Amino acid sequence: MTAPLLTLSGLGKKFPGVVALDGVDFNVRAGEIHALLGENGAGKSTLIKVLTGVYEADVGSIRLAGQPISPASPKEAERLGLSTVYQEVNLVATLSVAENLCLGRQPGRFGLLNWPALRRHARAALARLGLELDVDAELGSLSVALQQMVAIARALDLQAKVLILDEPTASLDEKEVADLFAIMRRLRGEGLGIVFVTHFLDQVYAICDRITVLRNGTLVGEYATADLPRLALVGKMLGREIIAPEHSPLRATTAAGPVTAPILSARSLSRTGALHPLDLDLHAGEVLGLAGLLGSGRTETARLLFGLDRRDTGELQVKGQSARIRSPRDAIALGLALCSEDRKTEGILPNLSVRENLIIALQARQGAGRPLRRSEQEQLCGHYIRALRIKTPGPETPIRNLSGGNQQKVLLARWLATRPALIILDEPTRGIDIGAKAEIEQLIAQLRADGLAVLFISSELDEIVRNSTRAVVLREHRRVAEFSGDAITAPRLMQAMAGGHQSHE
Amino acid sequence: MSEMRLQRWLRSPIVWPLAGLALLLVVNLVHNPAFLHIGVLDGHLEGQPIAIFNNGARTLLLALGMTLVIATGGVDLSVGSVMAVAGATAGALLTSEHPQFHALPLVLGVSLGVGALAGLLNGVLVAYAGIQPIVATLILMVSGRGIAQLISHGNVLLIRSPGFGYIGKGFLLGLPFAAVLAVALYTVAQLGLRRTAAGLFIEAVGDNPVASRFAGLATARVACLAYLASGLCAALAGVMDAANIGAADPYRSGENMELDAIFAVVVGGTALTGGRFTLLGSFVGVLLLQTLTPTLVFLGVDPPVAPVPKALLIVIVCVLQSDLTRRWLKNLLPSKATVSVAGRVAS
Amino acid sequence: MSPALQRRLPLFATAAVLAALYVTAGLRYDNFFSARVAVDFFTDNAALGIAAVGMTLVIFSGGIDLSVGAVVGFTSIFVATLVEKHHVHPALAAVAALAVGTVLGAGMGALIHFFRQPAFLITLAGMFLMRGGAFWISTDSTGLAHPLLQRLSLWELPLTEKAALKMSALVLLALLALGGLLAHWTRFGRNLLALGGNESSAQLMGLPVGATRVAVYAFSGLCAALAGLALMLNSGSGNPRDGIGLELDAIAVVVIGGTLLSGGRGHMLGTLLGLLIFGVIQSAIRFDGSLDPAWTRLIIGALLLGFILLQRLLLRRLVRR
Repeated sequence: MTAPLLTLSGLGKKFPGVVALDGVDFNVRAGEIHALLGENGAGKSTLIKVLTGVYEADVGSIRLAGQPISPASPKEAERLGLSTVYQEVNLVATLSVAENLCLGRQPGRFGLLNWPALRRHARAALARLGLELDVDAELGSLSVALQQMVAIARALDLQAKVLILDEPTASLDEKEVADLFAIMRRLRGEGLGIVFVTHFLDQVYAICDRITVLRNGTLVGEYATADLPRLALVGKMLGREIIAPEHSPLRATTAAGPVTAPILSARSLSRTGALHPLDLDLHAGEVLGLAGLLGSGRTETARLLFGLDRRDTGELQVKGQSARIRSPRDAIALGLALCSEDRKTEGILPNLSVRENLIIALQARQGAGRPLRRSEQEQLCGHYIRALRIKTPGPETPIRNLSGGNQQKVLLARWLATRPALIILDEPTRGIDIGAKAEIEQLIAQLRADGLAVLFISSELDEIVRNSTRAVVLREHRRVAEFSGDAITAPRLMQAMAGGHQSHE
Repeated sequence: MSEMRLQRWLRSPIVWPLAGLALLLVVNLVHNPAFLHIGVLDGHLEGQPIAIFNNGARTLLLALGMTLVIATGGVDLSVGSVMAVAGATAGALLTSEHPQFHALPLVLGVSLGVGALAGLLNGVLVAYAGIQPIVATLILMVSGRGIAQLISHGNVLLIRSPGFGYIGKGFLLGLPFAAVLAVALYTVAQLGLRRTAAGLFIEAVGDNPVASRFAGLATARVACLAYLASGLCAALAGVMDAANIGAADPYRSGENMELDAIFAVVVGGTALTGGRFTLLGSFVGVLLLQTLTPTLVFLGVDPPVAPVPKALLIVIVCVLQSDLTRRWLKNLLPSKATVSVAGRVAS
Repeated sequence: MSPALQRRLPLFATAAVLAALYVTAGLRYDNFFSARVAVDFFTDNAALGIAAVGMTLVIFSGGIDLSVGAVVGFTSIFVATLVEKHHVHPALAAVAALAVGTVLGAGMGALIHFFRQPAFLITLAGMFLMRGGAFWISTDSTGLAHPLLQRLSLWELPLTEKAALKMSALVLLALLALGGLLAHWTRFGRNLLALGGNESSAQLMGLPVGATRVAVYAFSGLCAALAGLALMLNSGSGNPRDGIGLELDAIAVVVIGGTLLSGGRGHMLGTLLGLLIFGVIQSAIRFDGSLDPAWTRLIIGALLLGFILLQRLLLRRLVRR
């Protein structure tokens, strides 16, 4: 066993109201590819930001090649030998490949750039990865995969000892992933330590030597890939031990009502890079749980159904009628509603009041010319503030002053006020406190009882199990399993989410 | 309870421009106790306050449209040029050899139509083609004056239509018509925007365009209509300008007025980042700028030099509103909680 | 289309527009192809061109500078007044004016960067400040009588029998060369493009974002002051009204030269071509005699619209990939 190249010990980081990292240890050896895994809120991105000097850890130490370090900025981290390549390529799309490789450290003399040397330098940096590109081409004209490789080349150019790849494969196709892996193996051969963050378990088993799993800001464990079966890994990520399939005692009701015509039905809905053709039916009075690991295509499905992205193929029917949904407006007019997972950028109107946030969707559907009377608005607000127990000083408070859970309830109320036939809830319980979570789960049951169709997306297996009457599992942008009623159990869902169990069990 | 109301009132964005206006009035009253005096001359009211309203009418109109555009998160740099185009259009029609073109409804209709067209071009470029507002409206800012000069054949067109002149310098019940028109338009706009949901839609789009789209708003259409409104307001201001001076001047009409309009909106408390807007604030902002000019004259500053203090004023307002300053102030001042506790102990 | 070609497409489009305009005008009007007319493109638009060099760099960085026209007017009356009324040596007065322009620019850059204010607003305020300042110095123009200034004003570098370069045109050419060097052969120039292309990337790459931004506005202020000197020498007098609307022409010249108005992509060569397009249109209208000079602005506006839409289209294609 070689001594670790990079050692993080007892790392802790608090933000107001959240413990993002709590005593986390993390080791990377020279010449290994080390997967850093965890679901949302596990602390991966905080860990990376501490490593790259964006954040400073509250407690704990970092050692690189035995020396204690504390990078204070991305630049300093790079100088020390910790380089990061992010999913959104942090280069300048309007400049050439050569310039992107050399920005900030161009060769030259007397203050003037030496362009031939710059190009030579760029070609050499690419050659190290076995790449041959036109270095004068504009970066933006390359595929995302190639841009990513240019970013890797730039990162390596800085005498990197550790390379951190933060979800580099999220938007690559299979061939591109294979090319990237070839480069990663090559760099591993050169003795680099590589930290690899991904949501694709197949990729973890294809290339990683070891795995570190985080959950809720704490270390779950460090494992050799060969010793950790896929199902066990998913269990660690989700915080569950593997238990034999059984009826979950937590389930409230399971009885699916009599089969009716679906409210919404999708046939071979697809979009390149987001979703392979998918069939889905949603009936009144059912909660369809949509399960899958992060990046499996859950949110993409919701966006396609709601007309936010253009689908490449597929037919949609609403209440038996062929539906033309090309924008959220179309979807809302047909009685759909979508409560987005990204509350801050896609949900709240931060400076507007609770009242305005609550009525905006209903008002948008009615049009500007038919305003809701102020008394109606206040009645709606009063009703939902009571019904959902929204804690706010009053309906005129700006929504940004509310806690996350209460903001979420206002957004739910926004959609309920439109009296939808179908509501899509994308991670409605993310980032809110336990009490509010329970209330939202009660609300879901109530909606089902009221005859709505609910599409419920969640990363929490227990939530899916507790609340769904039917559950569909996605893996790597494909539908891989469906369970109904009592057959929805955490182990089954987990197995389906993990996939490929035959080869690793 | 009344304390809370006072607090809420103190936090409303309108307080600062009002305080500024009050300060200017005090300075003027000290210099000239008759500053606020309103007399009667030839059967209509006259005096410094009337003059301020009257001279400010055009800027008031521009600021009205500009408020809506800024509320959507944009800006319209073309309003000065559009004024010149609309004025030149009116002038060209009124001075044409064909008397049938002199009919006032036709003149007004065509001039305002030209402004609407300009606004629509801006709106389409910004909202549908996705071009940054500054870039998109710069096109008309650059070429607008050229268009105006072509329409007037490079001449300053003298207009001798009394009916038309009324728009710029007539009196209604003793009050200057231009000012009455501007106030009326503010009232109509305020009612039209706040009694319908249009104002809310504009604020939503400016506050968070992505979330607005998710909530089912036609975000592009809302933004486009704001630019259309701004073009209409600018055209009316241009017509008013031509009527006021009795000539359509394609060179000087509306010169630098886009800046006055933007300044008035910003000083009035509508943030350049979009979202919440206040027409009343913009109204007060314009009055503040308009009062500044006679104040400076009293203080011995020549009117051509007046832009200097205006520029300093806007920089100060921007710096005060910036995040950096707010953070500094937060660090400098003790936190609110300690202040209120201290206040209670003292009382 | 190859990526390299697509990248240069706006520049080629500019060159094609220039060639088409020049040839059309040359065929229509006698003597249009003469060297003298060509030299006049530079002399007549010296101030515009000099300001456009600074504007090009500012636009590279994703910003805009609306104060340049006012700085031109301020410099013009400031130097003329100092020299003629207060008997300051012209060189000293010129240096003082250049310093004022540079300091103003740096100040605006600092406000834009550190207080995160929109560039258009701060530079609009700068415009008010300088125009008001110019009128504060004097509301009337002042003729240049100082012998050195007169000599400079009349000095010419003979090229052919009929064509000669004036001082202002020489300054323009020198500044274009300097600007080109700065833009394309120094880290500063490339940092500007990086900043305009993607500010957060530039920051993550460790580029000196703040210093670069302050420096580019300072440079633009310096260029504007130089433009003011050039205009003063060309017209033989200092006038507080000099340069009204010049900033818009400068922006138009830069954008017609194929530089992306939102920043991140462009070439100083394009600004030269854009300036020539401006000159050709102006001269052609003058040659024609029957056309209204206002057509210059209109054609420039149409070209501006065309180039902005072309750039938008190209950018969209890049993003779509």
